[in-house]
Amino acid sequence: MSIASDAVAAAPLAMPASAIKMRGRKVSVYYGEKQALFDVDLDIASNQVTSLIGPSGCGKSTFLRCLNRMNDTIPICRVTGEIKLDDLNVYESGIDVVELRARVGMVFQKPNPFPKTIYENVAYGPRIHGMSRSRGELDELVNSSLRRAGLWEEVKDRLAQPGTGLSGGQQQRLCIARAIATSPEVLLMDEPCSALDPIATAIIEELIDELRENFTIVIVTHSMQQAARVSQKTAFFHLGKLIEEGSTESIFTNPQNKKTQDYITGRIG
Amino acid sequence: MASTSSEHIVSSYEDELTQLARLISEMGGMVEESITNATNALVRHDHRQAEEVVTADQRVDEMQRRIDELAVSMIARRQPMGPDLRQIIAAIHVATDLERIGDMAKNIGRRTLEMTEQRITAQLYTGIRHMSELALSQVNRALDAFTARDPDAAVDVRNRDHEVDAIYMSLFREFLTYMMEDPRNITDCTHLLFCAKNLERAGDHATNIAEAAYYMVTGKNLPLELERGGTVNA
Amino acid sequence: MTATSVAAPIGATRAGSASIQRRRNAADLRLRLYGIAAISAAIGLLGILLVTLIVGGYPAFVQTHIRVDFPVSADYVDPADPAGGNWRNVVRDGVAALLPAVDAPADVRRMTQILTPNTQFFVRDAVLADPGVIGGTLTMDIPAADIFDQLNKGVIRRDTPAENRRVSDQQIGWFDALVARGRVATPFNWGLFFNADSRFPEIAGLSGAIVGTVYALLVCFLISFPTGIAAAVYLEEFAPKNRWTDIIEVNINNLAAVPSIVFGLLGLAVFIQTFGLPRSSPLVGGMVLALMALPTIIIVTRNALKAVPPSIREAAHGMGASPQQVVMHHVLPLSLPGIMTGTIIAFAHVLGETAPLLLIGMNAFITSPPGGVLEASTALPTQIYIWADSPERGFVARTSAGILVLLGVLLVMNSVAIFLRQRFERRW
Repeated sequence: MSIASDAVAAAPLAMPASAIKMRGRKVSVYYGEKQALFDVDLDIASNQVTSLIGPSGCGKSTFLRCLNRMNDTIPICRVTGEIKLDDLNVYESGIDVVELRARVGMVFQKPNPFPKTIYENVAYGPRIHGMSRSRGELDELVNSSLRRAGLWEEVKDRLAQPGTGLSGGQQQRLCIARAIATSPEVLLMDEPCSALDPIATAIIEELIDELRENFTIVIVTHSMQQAARVSQKTAFFHLGKLIEEGSTESIFTNPQNKKTQDYITGRIG
Repeated sequence: MASTSSEHIVSSYEDELTQLARLISEMGGMVEESITNATNALVRHDHRQAEEVVTADQRVDEMQRRIDELAVSMIARRQPMGPDLRQIIAAIHVATDLERIGDMAKNIGRRTLEMTEQRITAQLYTGIRHMSELALSQVNRALDAFTARDPDAAVDVRNRDHEVDAIYMSLFREFLTYMMEDPRNITDCTHLLFCAKNLERAGDHATNIAEAAYYMVTGKNLPLELERGGTVNA
Repeated sequence: MTATSVAAPIGATRAGSASIQRRRNAADLRLRLYGIAAISAAIGLLGILLVTLIVGGYPAFVQTHIRVDFPVSADYVDPADPAGGNWRNVVRDGVAALLPAVDAPADVRRMTQILTPNTQFFVRDAVLADPGVIGGTLTMDIPAADIFDQLNKGVIRRDTPAENRRVSDQQIGWFDALVARGRVATPFNWGLFFNADSRFPEIAGLSGAIVGTVYALLVCFLISFPTGIAAAVYLEEFAPKNRWTDIIEVNINNLAAVPSIVFGLLGLAVFIQTFGLPRSSPLVGGMVLALMALPTIIIVTRNALKAVPPSIREAAHGMGASPQQVVMHHVLPLSLPGIMTGTIIAFAHVLGETAPLLLIGMNAFITSPPGGVLEASTALPTQIYIWADSPERGFVARTSAGILVLLGVLLVMNSVAIFLRQRFERRW
């Protein structure tokens, strides 16, 4: 029995169709002439946390940003292939990107609350998507989003204060509350804890665990330990290719591909 | 069979893993020596050597503690993943099994000290000696499989365990006949029976070592083997 | 600045380390001295300017007034038609009553010269405002004529020979008598701010220029502010990055460096001659100033937009905001303080532009403030230019005073800019 050598990515795990929320097929990304992603095939399971790991520059953040078409904001970026949200191909012409981003929310590496009040931060999404008809409804939405993000108790008395006045961990939770206020189906997180201290990180990891009941979560992380703690499925990227994906346990106890093994044991950068 | 040919970026991590393997080897050597010495002491009725075997077991116990400490420290500090994690966990198991094997050798030494009469025929001692050699070779091959990361050798060790059990059964029957033949043989035969039991247990522990080696290399448990005949654990 | 003393070298093990340290300290000290010398020179030059202006201009901030009691006789003024009264006689009688010892008509006429030539109009306007005083006495503080104002302030020296003086000894005597009777006062010259321009410096003021400037700035603001911001927003946020936008950007930067007189010529040729807009009007002045302020506003706005961190834009995009919403909801509000600061500074800069306003004729001689943006007007800098050219003695001080007023307005505008910037500055 030998460990599989440098082979093409294993076929996506067979799962019942309803359990897959997003599906990427032959996704390639070009920045001008330079290709950053090479024919990635990856399934994202519903109501689970999928983590994307890999060394710097491997394309994991690029792939993440394809899922909600954030790469559209970069003029020289070109995406080929197919990405489906349920049965909808998100790169089809005529797709309303604004609508897509209400269904697929995003949390960024550095907490970036708007320089508005806490209330306005959370209310912004529902406002521009016309999700609430009255002030009362909006209040309710803000309340429930902050509760689900585990921030309500800490800010309920100061909703009118600026969001930028919170601590780093609180700001990130505010960004999470803001993202879930539009009731997205998928939550994308791009290294959400890399700017936070260990306690704040632990709070957010606990939050991710709670959120996965209602959301599908995809998280990009530099920390393998975090990926191991937080996710159920892990995908390893290297130099723009998807090398291996599988259940988190098996990836971290018994990876099949030598490159994966080298990365998680700290043998290559 | 592919093994991790490149080294850890952090060289001290690599050094610690190497040290862990070295300690296992060293402990294995000590244990093998214990078995050999205990068997010789038994067969030759050498009380002095038997005492040495008993006191030497302390060093074996100490080795196991050292290996345990190093393994726990590495888990805490290195957050090992994949094959490294399996290696460290396997080392803990192997150290435990080696310590038990050492205890078996110590027990044989103790029994040797207990046995003062020398009424048993040399023939019986031949059986014990043969069984000891077999058990020793199991331990030896299991440790080789571990050190060389050879899963096939590990399977082989597991498959051969039934040979040790078979010899134990035949010795068991032989001792019964002697004891039935002459009640004055009962004391010595009982001692020898227990010694044989210890050797059989040592063989079982060697099998455990082989299983740990297999898991360390492949990440899976040994495939089940069909039982051939029954093994009765008396 | 702390005094640097040469510390003892630590250890002093390396040969030459002490001398290295000495050289280093000496270079440090030299640099500080250069800096101090430079700033002293700069402050010194500015100080000289300010002191010269203040010394030259402060006399204009007070104006000599003579208190005269005018008997408003019904003989001269018909209550039914007050405007048509014989005001010269009213004034003559009032002057005569000042020093009863002087009664020869020629003397009274010469004594009348102590008051400003427009006195009769002041008296007329006061009686028209309050016709009930007809038949009684009207007491007014009349501004003294310019030469007596200068005499009172000591600018005209009494010890120059009589043939070189413009005031005769007799007039000086009368004036001193008035002073002795307590009829002469030098209150603050409110007229400098509330009167319009005049031939006579004693009643000349800046109100026409101030109103003209305000109108011109208003026009300038209404044209350049929305245009500049919209252009900058488009260039920064929506325009594709290609050669054409690069060329546009370079040319905008060049426009900011074009000499202001070129804009004046443009205004003359295009706005006045081709479009036929009224000459000397604040409308044309404002349009020319707008052309000058536009490049600055565009540059400032673009910088303010660039300063908004990309993380805010990303967050807004991630929330599903369209590009227009990202700009209007997030980027523009956050860059507004920077835009406002830059805009105020741009306006403060164009406020002092003289050459283009001169070319389009905003140096009209007007005796009342303009009623609208289409009427002929002056502006503060051009008014100063007019006064600087005038021969009367009183205008010398008033020119400096006008410059001080202009500087004061600039100071206020810059202070507002600084206040706004500090109040709304954000730390990311």
